[in-house]
Amino acid sequence: MAAPAAKQEGFYDCRDAWARTIEELAENDPRIVAVVNDSVGSSKLGGFQKKFPDRLINVGIAEQNMVGVGAGLANGGRIPFVSAASCFLTGRALEQVKADIAYAGFNVKLVGQSSGVAYGELGPTHHSIEDFAWLRPLSNITMVVPADSWETAEAVKWAAAHEGPVYIRLSRMPVPDLSVENRKFQPGKAELVRKGSDVTIIACGTMVHLAVQAAVELEAEGISARILNMATITPLDEAAISAAASETGAIVTVEEANIHGGLGGAVAEHTSANLPVPVERMGFPGFVPTGSVEWLFDHFGLTAAGIARSARKAIGRKRG
Amino acid sequence: MLKNDLVDTIREKALWMRRRAFTMVHDAQLGHPGGDFSAIDIIATLYFGVMRYDPKKPDMPERDRFIMSKGHATGALYTALCAAGYYPEDWLKTYMQPQSKLNGHPNRNYLPGVETNTGPLGHGLPVALGIAIAGQMTGSDYRTFVLTGDGELQEGSNWEAAMSAGNRKLGKFTLIVDRNRLQQGMGTEETNGLDPLDDKFRAFGWDVEVIDGHDVGALVSALSEPPGGRSKPLCIIANTIKGKGVSFMENKASWHHGVPNAEQYDIAMEELV
Repeated sequence: MAAPAAKQEGFYDCRDAWARTIEELAENDPRIVAVVNDSVGSSKLGGFQKKFPDRLINVGIAEQNMVGVGAGLANGGRIPFVSAASCFLTGRALEQVKADIAYAGFNVKLVGQSSGVAYGELGPTHHSIEDFAWLRPLSNITMVVPADSWETAEAVKWAAAHEGPVYIRLSRMPVPDLSVENRKFQPGKAELVRKGSDVTIIACGTMVHLAVQAAVELEAEGISARILNMATITPLDEAAISAAASETGAIVTVEEANIHGGLGGAVAEHTSANLPVPVERMGFPGFVPTGSVEWLFDHFGLTAAGIARSARKAIGRKRG
Repeated sequence: MLKNDLVDTIREKALWMRRRAFTMVHDAQLGHPGGDFSAIDIIATLYFGVMRYDPKKPDMPERDRFIMSKGHATGALYTALCAAGYYPEDWLKTYMQPQSKLNGHPNRNYLPGVETNTGPLGHGLPVALGIAIAGQMTGSDYRTFVLTGDGELQEGSNWEAAMSAGNRKLGKFTLIVDRNRLQQGMGTEETNGLDPLDDKFRAFGWDVEVIDGHDVGALVSALSEPPGGRSKPLCIIANTIKGKGVSFMENKASWHHGVPNAEQYDIAMEELV
């Protein structure tokens, strides 16, 4: 099945949760400021700008300066949320992210908007599918990829309270809220969305709800699929991956990102070094062709049916 | 302090910094002495004649900030911070040694008094701009100083920040350009010319002063806040000499990261008095 279309009942744009939360936090903490690159609208910060006009710094179309200014604001005792389209925030300003934020260790929150292939037909210049691979080695940046509105709000609240650099990667693709009891956002911990014993599907961001649908499909065939929401890419919950490998013996990773160096790469690095099991990596192999988000998801098998297919394949690769 | 006494004090500190920095470079057989020596009078003036800081409280919110954008000139920065009392002189002996806090480029997590990590060029001005915006936003009265090289201004990120600073009318923001006219390989104007640099900054909304970057009296005057303050950021184009103070180094691009042998070291020490 294709990815959900916008405005589907019960599906929400996580940017709304981000915008609501940052406004609430800013009400109570005057240190919180926003830094943007002409990205007020795409960051949904119109409300923030109205309420706190002096605390929104728009540097214009100048991402290197934007990230450097974020570091300087942190030096000056502010808590900056630097918000821009992920492709430009992490790509254009990568050296600033490395030197000024990660290496210098400033308390800056980078918020990547419209990540993955959210910009669809606009093409690979506007897609952000390389960001996981670019930022993973900058290991003191906590990298969070919320799967739904609830998790987005919790991640933003956590980031504001946490002392240290954070990258929050948001989509603009509407997603449903996950159904998990007694949820608590724990950075660095995988969230068990569904128990299972035959295979583990490790997903993040927009892919998690599709993985849940895949598990329902697999259950009808008698296959028990564990679903982990790996909302934190860095630091990675290696214990949860080890448990998945030893307890289910096969893993599928699903990310709206390039499979090289991202979530799948991270999981494969860990399992191959510690508990080798079949790992099927789902995502994009490189620059993608022209197409809508829905078409791209479908084309690359990032659907419930596609994920189920990879799960069967991973199970089929188990030894003995 | 009377201005003449102040100038003498700064000159003494600058002399000590040159001798100590050259010794560090000699001992490590690594460093960037040419750029250290073009910048030392500027940095000595800031730390011993202009800036407000307390080395015992390096994180004091109201401190004036100095950002060393030309991060390779650590001989100048590390000796200044040492002379200012941020750490003991013993630390200088570890320059570039394994596990030293004195890395080839400054790291704020290793050393008190370092405001941000620099090294890749074109990073200091945007970070300094953010510090100045934070000050303006909170009504603090601290000043923010940033020193860039001149060749460094070929990096586009500087002009992103220069445009933004001009538009924001940041009166407590001062950029000093170490205008020694030489970059790593050859002259700035032969490489990718910067002139007319003063006009460029004026066009970006800055006040501009062009001075002799080795005239300590002129540096004190230009770097001191005028009564009533400023309504624009200030760019001081400090005309300097790469390798200033050592005859065989002056105006030689090869001393960008040249290091002295024993004989050259002795000659330099005789000249630096």
